[in-house]
Parts: sequence; structure tokens; C-alpha cells
Amino acid sequence: MLKKTLLAGLAIGVAMVTTAYAADPIKIVYIGKNTGNPYFDSITGGFEDACKSLGCEFEFVAPATAEATSQIPFIEAQIQRGVNVIAIAPNSPDALNQVLDTAKEKGILVLTVNGDLVGNEGHRDATILPVDFTKTGPNQVELMGSMIGYKGDIAILSATTEAPDQNTWIAAMNDTLKNDPKYKDMHLVATVYGDDQPEKSTTEMEALLSNYPNLVGVIAPTTVGIAAAAQVVQSRGIAATVHVTGLGLPSEMRDFVKDGTVSAFQLWSPYNEGWLAAHFAVGVIGGTIKNEVGGTFDVPNLGTITIADKNAMNTQAELTTFDAKNIDDFDF
Amino acid sequence: MSAIQTPAARELPPARPRWQVIVIRPETMTLVLLILALFGASLLSPYFLDVGYILRSFTLSAEFAIVALVLTMVIIAGEIDLSPAANMALSACLFAFAQQAGVPMPLAIAIGLFAGLVMGAINGFMVIRLQIPSIIVTIGTLTLYRGLAQVIAGDKSIRVPDWFIGINTVLIAGIPLTVLIFIVMSVILGVVLSMTIFGRQIYQIGTNEVAARHAGIRSQRIKMSLFLLMGLVSAVAGLMTASRLGSVRYDLGLGGELQMVLMAMLGGTYIFGGRGTILGTFLAAWLLVIVSTGMTVANVLPAVQLVVLGVLLIVSIIATNFIYSRTQR
Repeated sequence: MLKKTLLAGLAIGVAMVTTAYAADPIKIVYIGKNTGNPYFDSITGGFEDACKSLGCEFEFVAPATAEATSQIPFIEAQIQRGVNVIAIAPNSPDALNQVLDTAKEKGILVLTVNGDLVGNEGHRDATILPVDFTKTGPNQVELMGSMIGYKGDIAILSATTEAPDQNTWIAAMNDTLKNDPKYKDMHLVATVYGDDQPEKSTTEMEALLSNYPNLVGVIAPTTVGIAAAAQVVQSRGIAATVHVTGLGLPSEMRDFVKDGTVSAFQLWSPYNEGWLAAHFAVGVIGGTIKNEVGGTFDVPNLGTITIADKNAMNTQAELTTFDAKNIDDFDF
Repeated sequence: MSAIQTPAARELPPARPRWQVIVIRPETMTLVLLILALFGASLLSPYFLDVGYILRSFTLSAEFAIVALVLTMVIIAGEIDLSPAANMALSACLFAFAQQAGVPMPLAIAIGLFAGLVMGAINGFMVIRLQIPSIIVTIGTLTLYRGLAQVIAGDKSIRVPDWFIGINTVLIAGIPLTVLIFIVMSVILGVVLSMTIFGRQIYQIGTNEVAARHAGIRSQRIKMSLFLLMGLVSAVAGLMTASRLGSVRYDLGLGGELQMVLMAMLGGTYIFGGRGTILGTFLAAWLLVIVSTGMTVANVLPAVQLVVLGVLLIVSIIATNFIYSRTQR
């Protein structure tokens, strides 16, 4: 026991000495929702390239599953590793509050990237979102409407029930469908959850088709969900009657767009989120960027970024729509 | 222990040397694995060997570990309970819902604990009165309790008052309170199981229930009390989790039943009953935390972590079976 304590003391000592060197590169870690989610490869790519040019150290970690509490041991581990920046795509809007507070107390810069702690913004320092997420829901409804002639039964295939970003968009979609007279003939008949797992998403999609024979459209605002939904529609050969759209990765959706299974879908550039987050983090720690609402700073390739209300930053103004015409221009 | 379990056989095999009785036990294997894991994790990452960090990491599993202690007793008695994690969620949801609705905190806590007790009673009633196998009963109630929790809490999370938050950050002599509760519970249950008549009766029920009953042991009453204890302790664990997270959702502790069974199995509890110790589960809880913490702090991929945990479980089950079949029959 004594030996263990001594060793532990030694380890802490070493850790303190290493962080004391100001010349040490800034250590950034990004904690994804779960592993096996190609979406995060793109964000990670942005972090990596930015760190190459800025000279920071970057690592990506993620739990095996996207449940509410699965990220907690990972955050604890990164605090223990003495990183300077924890960027995270939170799996829960509030289950992480306590452990993120611990990280902040240790002087770690806590950023949420690609998803925020809705209602608990005080537990992180800033958030980097690709677009203004309040517009995502309405944009998706409009795209769906344009595909089905603004008429018929539609359904939503989401990720997990607790994913904050998904729930924000679904609420906005419900709101838009209910209140905008343009969409009065579109009826949302079901919202189902594929947990961002390909098999579960496929099962949920199959169930939608058998439960709602009049279904004309499915919105899947998650990359795993839209790919699974498109796969089901493709293998059943029902692309003419059931339209699939949502948020997808061009690399995964290319074949479905080329063979006409999916006519259009939307997304932003996840790469730019990582790129912006790394530039912001390095700037804040280096003292060149002030993390204050209303502040602005310049990021190469993205232009001037403004820190908006609740310390939120966006990489682009509107969603990008991908279809047969432009899909070959994107490779993430 | 072995004195009780040795049946009055016609021909007794020659007695094993004393050192074998002491050394060749599943708990010894768990202890060896634990020491190996400590070494391995320290080699894997320079950040691992920090007592404070290991204790903090243990708080993330402490609630499951506490329930696993009682589960060990249930398994030794020849039954199983797979519903405790769902019980944790439902009691925590009822507690959180009540306090949000304006019920005074002490009463809300009492509601949560009472709910746990009732859930334990339901399990016990179906297993003992209706004679349904406990694995089936508790798979059913696992789904039922989780479903009810979702009905009560919906998809929203319920906040708990600030003063209630953070039981895991209360330090007593440098040890987080939840870890301390686990240690104290281990000592108490360890003494109950190994040194009291009640404890010995649990082993006898698990070894041969019919024989135990003929010997005058009130097996039904003992099993019922185990299920009730299981329900109550699960509710306590649920409230502890609520305090650690600061909010309650229906998915609190999701999948925890597997971790609890894992702890009992790794500690050498025999799944068909009659064998196992609290010490084994105690060591196994630390083993699990150290293995997974060591890998997480070294940024080992989750897929690799799952493989390591799987191998660990299989090795321990094979070893446990081997040891029991060779030495204790």
C-alpha cells in the first residue's frame, strides 16, 4: 500500500512537471458518441489537420455504445491524462454535468462539438456546431416536402432517444409541420429510434414500412439511420413510392444517389467542425482568442467566426444539400 | 465451509493437504488476476497508478458492485436476479418524480426505497409462491421495471436538488463515500455469509434445496428475505446513482445486471449455487474496475476492451469450474 502511494505520488509529480513546461504542445482530445460511426472520422480529420498546422497533439476516443453515461469513464480518464482541451459530442444533455464540472475545475477547456448540452450550457466553455441547429428541422421538412409534393404520411428515423441534437431537430420538425400551413397535408405518423446501430435502424425501417403502408417519406437525421433506410428501400425496390432523406455522409450515400434510391439529402461539413474547434481551442489557450459572446476571430478557410449567444459558434450558415449533380464534389 | 459440504459419503477420499484448501480457491485466482491487472495497467499508461484516480473510477461502478454483493448471496442460494439494474432505474425515477412533484425529500427517498422493496417482493413472490424459475421471472421484471421507469419519467431527465448531488465526491479519510459503503457492506455481508447460521443455510439451500428443507431449513423464508434485500439494496444503489449523476432518466444503470453477474462470476461464485464468497465478488469488482480503467486511460480501443473482458470472464469461468470439480466435490 505504501509502495503504491509512493508510486502514485511519483506519477503525479511527473505529470505536474510535464504540464509545467509551457513549451509542451497543447493536448486536445475529442470524445465521440460511440465507435464505429464514420461521421466522426470526418470531424477527427479536421482536428488532425488543424493540429498539424498549429502544432497541437490530438487524440480521438469514444465508448463502444452511445448510452447516456458511457462517456463518463472516458472524461475521467482524459482528466487523469492531463489534457488541456476536452472536446466532446455529448450523449446526454445532463448526465455529464458533474464530471465536466470536475474537468473545468482542473482548468481544462471543455468544448462541445457537433451537439450541445441543451439547457445545461454552463457546464461547458463553448460549443461548436456546424450550422444554426434551429434551422435544421425546418430545412429537413422542406426538403422532404419538395420530394413528396408536400402531401402524405411521413416518419422520422432517429438515433437514440436521449441524443440532444436529434431531439432538438425532431422538436423543430414537429413544430414546423404543425404550424406552417405549407405543410398541412404532411402527417408525421411515427418517430422511431435506431440507436445509431445499422441493424437496429434497419429493423426499425422495416417495421415502419409494414406498420404504415401509406408511408411516402422517411426523414433520418442521422448518418447511420439514413444509410440503413436507403438500404431497405433499395433492396425492396420501392424508391418510387417511399422517399428517404435526412442527414447523411456523401461517401456513404453516393451509390444510393447514383441509382436513384435517394434523390437528395443534406449535411454540413463535419471536417470544418474539427478544424474550427482546434483553432478556437489553441487560440483561447494561447490567449489570442477571447471566449466572450460577441467576440470574433479569423480561421483559415472559414473566414471570420463570431461567438454567438451562449458561446456558440457555427461553421456554416445553411445546410448543404447533396444530390446527383454535386455529390461527386464531396469526398468525406 | 468444506466441513458442511462434505456429504456423509460411504468412502471419504483422503483429506487434502491444508495448504491446498487455502490456496486453490477461485478467490485466489481473482486475487492473482487483480495483481496482474494492476501491473499491466501501470505498464500500459503512466497516468494509471494514482490511488485517487482508481478510487474515483471505482465510484462509477460502486453502485453495481454493492448490488453484486447481494446478488452473490442470491446466486449461492441457487437463484438469480437479473432485474436489479431496472429496479435501480425505477426506484430512482419514482424518487425523482416524487421530489419534483413537491414531496419532501425524506419522504421521496422513503418512496424510492419502499418501491425497491416492493419490486424485490414481486420477484420473490413469483419465484417462491408461483414456483417460476427465477431467471425467467427476473428477465420479465427487468423489462417491466425498466418500462415502468420510462412511463414515469418519459424521455426527459429529472433533476435532483443540488444538496443531494455528489455522494461520490464526499471523501472520508480520502475514500469516496460510495466506495466506503461498498467496503463496509462487503465486511458485513461477508461475516453474515461465512459466520452465521443464516449464511450457512444459504449455502445448503444452494447445494441441495430438498435436503436443506428436510433438514428443517426454512428455505422459502430465507430466499424471500434475499429477494427483499436485493430489492432494497438496488433501490439504495439507484438513489446513489441519481446523486452521482445529478439527474435521473429511465435508462439509469442500463445493462448493469450483466456487470453485476460478471462481478459475481469473476469472483468465483458458482452459477448453479452452493459455492462462492463475498470476498471473491469484492476482489472481482476491483478487478473489473482496474482492467477497464487501465485500458481507458491508455486510450485502448473499446473493441479491444470488450475482447479483454470477454477473455477474462471465460478464463475465470473455466478456472472456477475446474477448481470446484477437482477440489471440492
